Amino acid sequence: MTVVNNFVKQALAGLRILLVLTVITGVLYPAAVWGVSRLPGLQSNAEAVDTTLVGVARDGDQWFHTRPSAATLPASGGSNKGERNADYDQVVAERRTAIAHREGVSEDRVPQDAVTASASGLDPHISREYAELQVPRVARATGRSAQAVHDLVAASAGGTFTETVNVTELNRALETAR
Amino acid sequence: MPPTVAGLVQVGLLIAALAVVHRPLGDYMARVYTSTTHLKVERAVYRTARVDPDSEQRWGTYALGVLGFSFVGVAFLYLLQRLQPLLPFDFGRGSVAPGMAFNTAVSFVTNTNWQSYVPETVLGHTVQMVGLTVQNFVSAAVGMAVAVALVRGFVRHRTDRLGNFWVDLVRGVVRILLPLSFVFAIVLVALGVVMSLKSGVTVDGQEVAIAPAASQEAIKELGTNGGGIFNANSAHPFENPNAWSNLIEIFLLLVIPVSLTRTFGTLVGNRKQGYVLLGVMGLIWAAMLTVIWTAEEHGLRPLEGKELRFGVPASALFANSTTGTSTGAVNSMHDSFTGLGGGGAMLNMLFGEMTPGGVGTGLYSILVMAVIAMFLAGLMVGRTPEYLGKKLGRKEVTAAAVSILAMPTVLLVGTGIAAILPSTQGALNNPGSHGLSEILYAYASASNNNGSAFAGITVTNDWFQASLGVCMLLGRFIPIIAVLALAGSLAAQKKVPETAGTLPTTGPLFATLLAGSIVLVAALTFVPALALGPIAEALL
Repeated sequence: MTVVNNFVKQALAGLRILLVLTVITGVLYPAAVWGVSRLPGLQSNAEAVDTTLVGVARDGDQWFHTRPSAATLPASGGSNKGERNADYDQVVAERRTAIAHREGVSEDRVPQDAVTASASGLDPHISREYAELQVPRVARATGRSAQAVHDLVAASAGGTFTETVNVTELNRALETAR
Repeated sequence: MPPTVAGLVQVGLLIAALAVVHRPLGDYMARVYTSTTHLKVERAVYRTARVDPDSEQRWGTYALGVLGFSFVGVAFLYLLQRLQPLLPFDFGRGSVAPGMAFNTAVSFVTNTNWQSYVPETVLGHTVQMVGLTVQNFVSAAVGMAVAVALVRGFVRHRTDRLGNFWVDLVRGVVRILLPLSFVFAIVLVALGVVMSLKSGVTVDGQEVAIAPAASQEAIKELGTNGGGIFNANSAHPFENPNAWSNLIEIFLLLVIPVSLTRTFGTLVGNRKQGYVLLGVMGLIWAAMLTVIWTAEEHGLRPLEGKELRFGVPASALFANSTTGTSTGAVNSMHDSFTGLGGGGAMLNMLFGEMTPGGVGTGLYSILVMAVIAMFLAGLMVGRTPEYLGKKLGRKEVTAAAVSILAMPTVLLVGTGIAAILPSTQGALNNPGSHGLSEILYAYASASNNNGSAFAGITVTNDWFQASLGVCMLLGRFIPIIAVLALAGSLAAQKKVPETAGTLPTTGPLFATLLAGSIVLVAALTFVPALALGPIAEALL
């Protein structure tokens, strides 16, 4: 019985400690981080004002397309399909055919990122290759020169270790340039 | 920059940062746990909670403190989720179902942070902050406290006292985790991580969930917790917006486990004792990184389940570090990895989370393995083994063996039962051997308190919620009780003087023995199961 009594005693002490630590780490700490993130320069990040960090699909030939998404908005998520999944091979093949048809190119010119779902389902980025593939179609649909659209792609390209094109940024640029 | 070079640059930056930081941080942590004075805020905590910070505990009381504290932690977190509709910032997400609430409460208290729920639709900001963030801090501090108690067992002589659990717990939170988390939470906001009390933002006409992510993100990595405030975890651009935030998050999840080896060396009075452990951890970490990176580069669909801003190298680096540390955060979906790459992530967990392992748990796990290694060496030369001046007799080796065997036992029993249940078939997201890998990964993750997943598996039925919860509890607390018992019997001994017959534990011979024991124990235990899952898939 002494073990049980001691356990109850420790659990009660534990409950009191937990409540105090809850105030410190569960209320004061996030409140402090939230407070500092109100500073100018941080606030727009904290609230994702006009964010280009996430990418969502915009339908229509006048837009650049993001990678396929397995997410159910507003939540995020990936397909979680393994590489030996034959059903999913089919899905990927259909995506490749559809994109080749849409862009009027042969299937072997469709890059990997165009047919695979990202981890978050909100990946705003595509490869430079996939962006360039979409330039003629977007130019046609928006009535611009291919060169003008290509310049917008170049302006949305960047990245620290790997070069990518931010589709959200690119589509916003198309919007404002209109 | 070609991807391979870019990847190597990132690995180089990471290792350089850890090399610079582990000394001051390791020494600082040694001072935290040996200091005889209390901070003002700590005194206030002890006074409010009515505990005496200046009394020391026997191993049994220390263990009951851990168990009692964790028990009330589960109860409190369970109630918070059930009562969510009464709390602010719930956004009508409702009361969490009992099975899910139990699983999640256990998951966060055991530092697993396995997520059977979709955060964006199930949990509001109050449960995230007042419930989950709190356990992110305290479950990490519990792991560090147990590790420090074990180190005291080696350092102290002829005493039955291991320290005061409440003091070790509160100091871990107040002096180590809280200041570092605060600084890095702000850094993460500056890099683009969100910190909003709203429920969503509209992006190009579509609603995307938003949350107070930064405060949770920092401690999620630093405390090797891993529970994302969004479903996609550190793959979500709001949690991990770019290459720099990614590198910082990987740094954060490694920095304490790495630095604790320095703390250990400092506390036992011989830094080489710590460096030899770090060497073994680093060697296995590097070997596994090579395996996962290479496998992913050569996959059939390398970009499936990966974010383009990270690419393959930074995804492999994250995956290797998160599974080697019991963190379980992910910046890519491991379920879409190759047989070999996903199997590598699994093997990192099956090593028992000690390369370098979770905060505190990594240190005590590798010390237990060192006891086993010295025991094996002792058998080979027919001599009573010693480690750090303490004899490893029947009691000590039994405790170490119990600690090592708990995880494989619950893991394989759980996997076995799940694999034959008819309901499991419908829960899988992939056919064939990869489906079995999804089950094996789930129980490996739960039993090792990692928390990452082959996330295609649907784990919301009662069997999975209950059995994975039980695996998390047994995988956490059986080793903790055994480790504290080990610490108690070590502390009671007198110091054995070093003689010509003592096997030195700072050189390459010991490192080889230790690394060999880690690999051998995992291989002997898990090769049959791995052969049916990832190995079969890799060879197809």
